[in-house]
Amino acid sequence: MRHFPRHFPRHVSTTNVMKKIVFATMVATVCAGSARAASEADYLAAAAAAESANKEAGRLRNQWTVTQAALNAAKKAAESGNFDSAVKSAQEAEALAKASIVQATSEMQRWKDLEIR
Amino acid sequence: MSALRALLVAATALGLGATAMAEDKPNPPADAKAFQDYFVKKFPKVAFDDFVNGPYSMNADMRRQWEEKEQFPPYEFALEAGKEMFAKPFKNGKTYADCFPNGGIGIRQNYPYFDDKEGKVVTLELALNRCREANGEQPYSYVKDEMASLTAYMAYTSRGKRFDIRIPDDPRALEAYEKGKEYFYTRRGQLNFSCASCHVQSPGERIRAEILAPALGILNAMPIYRSEWSGMGTISRRIVTCNSQTRAVPLEPQSDEYRNLEYYLSYVSNGLPVSGPGARP
Ligand code: HEC
Repeated sequence: MRHFPRHFPRHVSTTNVMKKIVFATMVATVCAGSARAASEADYLAAAAAAESANKEAGRLRNQWTVTQAALNAAKKAAESGNFDSAVKSAQEAEALAKASIVQATSEMQRWKDLEIR
Repeated sequence: MSALRALLVAATALGLGATAMAEDKPNPPADAKAFQDYFVKKFPKVAFDDFVNGPYSMNADMRRQWEEKEQFPPYEFALEAGKEMFAKPFKNGKTYADCFPNGGIGIRQNYPYFDDKEGKVVTLELALNRCREANGEQPYSYVKDEMASLTAYMAYTSRGKRFDIRIPDDPRALEAYEKGKEYFYTRRGQLNFSCASCHVQSPGERIRAEILAPALGILNAMPIYRSEWSGMGTISRRIVTCNSQTRAVPLEPQSDEYRNLEYYLSYVSNGLPVSGPGARP
């Protein structure tokens, strides 16, 4: 599989949907930066929220590969006892999953804008 | 990256322009005409039949390299294998020929078709696996060599025949077509791209080392040999790969969505000749 360079999505973020998505990611990042060290329970709660959002994205047939990647990273960090990092990754996964839901929902109408007529 | 930036500008402009337009009733013949006109106008120098040659129709240098390669086509091996597999009887003594009209020869241009018993679209890859299962054989993977070889052979026996996809007078068929269209234009993945973002708005542009094929005639050359894969790829494999490129989780090969997508894309390429199997750099 090929990957585009990391900076690629920034060019894409000109649309409204992508603005929402980027915003969601920022919120998640800010939330993750609290002072208290995270516990395993924090990780489990964050992961459960991410899994549930990703499941909803799956129901809409619109999961993103990066969501699962963030969930995997969270699990790995948790296994090595790094719960701060685990919580951060799980929250990122949740933000990505929510963004994919926003995308799927808004595309139900928006796809028509691209149609050749 | 400048190609991609141009693409985004185009996408935004198109989006603004189209929102105001009135919504009309499904009209596949009108869709196909608008679709074909778009590419013909965009690429006035490309002969209509040449659109089936994907990236080669868009780039003279690449085309020259390809024409040299075609003297020893890299799909030759798969084609031979496919021919043998096609003729070899199943354990029950029957063959693929028993499952298809005209013994399976020269029929690629009629796939996918709408099956009114199932009420769904049936692609050639799906029909091949159903044939296997009906004869007590295990189905093949949709993304691996065996399926690519079989479809390569079936395409080869149909070369030059023009796509002739039918939408029967059945509301379910029209719905399948409309859903395929929706899938084609729907943005997905973290990169927020639809099939159309790349293959309608940017054919001929480069994404890394690759030149984007136009959506018109994009399935006519399938399956294809690709150096990057060091092997053959089916339609299923190509679609799954394109989904992953946008960081979207691909669906299962031959899911309803992909079947409908193939129905739509093939229909709007009606009139273009089968050119498969193809070879790509
Ligand atoms: C990010 C851009 C991008 C998107 C989005 C994309 N593709 Fe592609 N596609 C490519 C590239 C790159 C290639 C390889 C070069 C070429 O042949 O166009 C390709 C090749 C193909 C081919 C083979 C064409 C040929 O002649 O070799 C098919 C078929 C195809 N894409 C279908 C699709 C479908 C269907 C979708 C939507 C599900 C899609 N693509 C979405 C980039 C994209």
